[in-house]
Amino acid sequence: MFAYIIRRLLYAIPILIGVNLLTFVLFFVVNSPDDMAVSQLGAKYVTPEAIENWKAKNGYDKPLFYNAGADGLETVTETIFFAKSVRLFAFDFGRSESGRDISTDVRRRMGPSLAVVLPTFLVGIGVNICVALMVVMFHASRLDRAAVIVFVALMSISYLFYIIGGQYLVAKTWRLVPISGFLSGAEVWKFLLLPVLVGVVAGIGAGARWYRTLFLEEANQDYVRTARAKGCSELAVLFRHILPNALIPILTGVVVLVPMLFMGSLLIESFFGIPGLGSYMLDAINAQDFAIVRSMVFIGSILYIVGLILTDISYTWADPRVRLS
Amino acid sequence: MKPVILWSDALIFLLVAALVLFFWRLRRDPQTRDRWRQVFASRLGMAAFTVILAYVGVALLDSLHFRRALPPPDGVSTGEVFYDNQVSSVLDTLTAGMGERFERTYSAPFALRSFEKQTLKDEAGNTVRDFPPLRHAGAQLADPTEKWADVVRRSAPALGGGLALAVLLILPQWWLLRGSSLPWASSWLVQGILACTAVWLVSISRHYHVLGTDLGGADVLYQSLKGVRTGVLIGALSTLIMLPIAVTLGVCAGYFKGWVDDAVQYLYTTLSSIPGILLIAAAVLLFQVYIDLNPDAFPTGLEKADAKFIALCFILGVTSWSTLCRLIRAETLKISQLGYVQAAHAFGVSHGRILLRHILPNTVHIILITFVLDFSALVLAEAVLSYIGVGVDPSMGSWGNMINGARSELSREPAIWWTLSGAFLFMFLLVLSANLFADLVRDAFDPRTRLGPEAA
Repeated sequence: MFAYIIRRLLYAIPILIGVNLLTFVLFFVVNSPDDMAVSQLGAKYVTPEAIENWKAKNGYDKPLFYNAGADGLETVTETIFFAKSVRLFAFDFGRSESGRDISTDVRRRMGPSLAVVLPTFLVGIGVNICVALMVVMFHASRLDRAAVIVFVALMSISYLFYIIGGQYLVAKTWRLVPISGFLSGAEVWKFLLLPVLVGVVAGIGAGARWYRTLFLEEANQDYVRTARAKGCSELAVLFRHILPNALIPILTGVVVLVPMLFMGSLLIESFFGIPGLGSYMLDAINAQDFAIVRSMVFIGSILYIVGLILTDISYTWADPRVRLS
Repeated sequence: MKPVILWSDALIFLLVAALVLFFWRLRRDPQTRDRWRQVFASRLGMAAFTVILAYVGVALLDSLHFRRALPPPDGVSTGEVFYDNQVSSVLDTLTAGMGERFERTYSAPFALRSFEKQTLKDEAGNTVRDFPPLRHAGAQLADPTEKWADVVRRSAPALGGGLALAVLLILPQWWLLRGSSLPWASSWLVQGILACTAVWLVSISRHYHVLGTDLGGADVLYQSLKGVRTGVLIGALSTLIMLPIAVTLGVCAGYFKGWVDDAVQYLYTTLSSIPGILLIAAAVLLFQVYIDLNPDAFPTGLEKADAKFIALCFILGVTSWSTLCRLIRAETLKISQLGYVQAAHAFGVSHGRILLRHILPNTVHIILITFVLDFSALVLAEAVLSYIGVGVDPSMGSWGNMINGARSELSREPAIWWTLSGAFLFMFLLVLSANLFADLVRDAFDPRTRLGPEAA
């Protein structure tokens, strides 16, 4: 087990190098520092000196991969690739184009992101499982068929509609909660209520439908028939036999998403004005601040790989028949 | 008239031709026929498919672009013909100038007056602040209170025309499909409803703005119709563009194993570990920079928007590429162990031939399922991307751009709900039919494929 995790972590290194190279090529080779200077300065103020100044100020005045002018080890270290990309491996994100320290920003914004995403995630799983169980209880009836169509319809509604509709109905028409904003004190629940509600409702269609298929797969197993044959009530079959067994695929399907929760939710955060990582990314995209985007790509890919490893571990944990080697 | 062919136009017609050819060749295969019969045996599937076809039809009509010939200027009689700078499509012609009836700014559905007050001069010459009358709504009315009576009076002939169109559509089908056991009636019902609605909308919107107008005064119904092309194309082209890469790499990885497999696996793990939205945003921004630096490559605004659109389709394809590649690799691994592939090896059939004749045809169902499942997800993604500002060009009509432009207008008093409603309604209908149809296709072709909640 331990050796397996170590091997998976070692395997992650080439992937991270690949991610790094790819983003580097995207950001520096396709879009050269000169182009970046032009778009940051604005076409009006472009002179060769202004471009050189901008590049010197932001540390882009070095060669891309190989510095022939330097000697010794510095031929490799005194390059943009080393300065901007390799340092990410040490979690040294440097400064954004506007001069702020990225690591501090990320740490500060992680809290608000988690405050929204974590409740949405947990409540969402609970609600979806309850809805799916109710539907499974009436399996193969007219209610079940209608419910599946309702799930598909809920899935087909754009996420933007849930957000805009929720804000209009709950915050503007009924005036129950503020439309958007965030506080750091205890009063924060007022601001979190609506985003969490919207997130949960928007997820019901896809989530409940998925859990329903998982439950039905278990319901067709032999042990369920045995349980019925020995006289278990339908409720006991559902809660004592189907639910615990279906939790295995649910767990392994859900674990992969857990690390990604740290990235926050792009849309919810920007609509509800929550200062989390999602709105951080969005602002960076809009301001074309590639230093932030690069750092977030790196963090995101690390979290994705952690998610994959956690999934493998959760398999062994939930199902003792699985052994990692 | 001078035809204008954009890259996306060519690609979508190519795609439709490829699909038709594909089904034409499959029609003799009894197993595939049985499965398709299963899909269409359900009334729901039939109805959903009809709606999808209607959307595709609108998208194709909107993809036939041309520039109108202008009448020669007075006093000049050269043989040269001048063309309009504005590129129109067949859809613009069919909707009878719906897109050319601009107002000043917002107006509610069926309104006669503008949404915002303006300084006007009344008959006595005094300056008053009032809601100005619309230019293109209810001009034929003597008395504004007769508006609804007028709408009803105009609806009757319009619905009659719609019914006539429906009969014209359905009669030949009924004649051809007399002996069929499939539930064609539900398709005809949908066709009838669609035909009536279409004729009614076009004829009523000659005199009113059925869904109101937006900030720039453009007709919302027309904008929603223009969004159909963007939605359908983004759903279809993204998959089409990435299909060759995903299939080739997936089949090679599963068949050759060894270092090829390692390399392909490394490639898709790397690509899928980058958060999709950031990869898309980065690529779109970079392409924007490329366009800005090479203005000569794209002489007109339309071509610029079209190039951006295809780049967006491409990058959307790249981000959704890894799922298909992984599925095809797994299926190929399974197939290449089967007896008939082993036998082909024993007979000395070359690798290329085995891949083409024995392995590729058996992965077609996976490609098909991915295509229909991805379609609706991509249509929804377009709206989100346009909201973030990395979607299709603002000059190109799309539901995402409509939502983005109107999202804060619900907070006005009274709320401006019609732009959002138009976009969401058109998008919902397409995505719902695509999802329902995808479900049936998946059940028929591969009941065991299972996707997690994150896939939706």
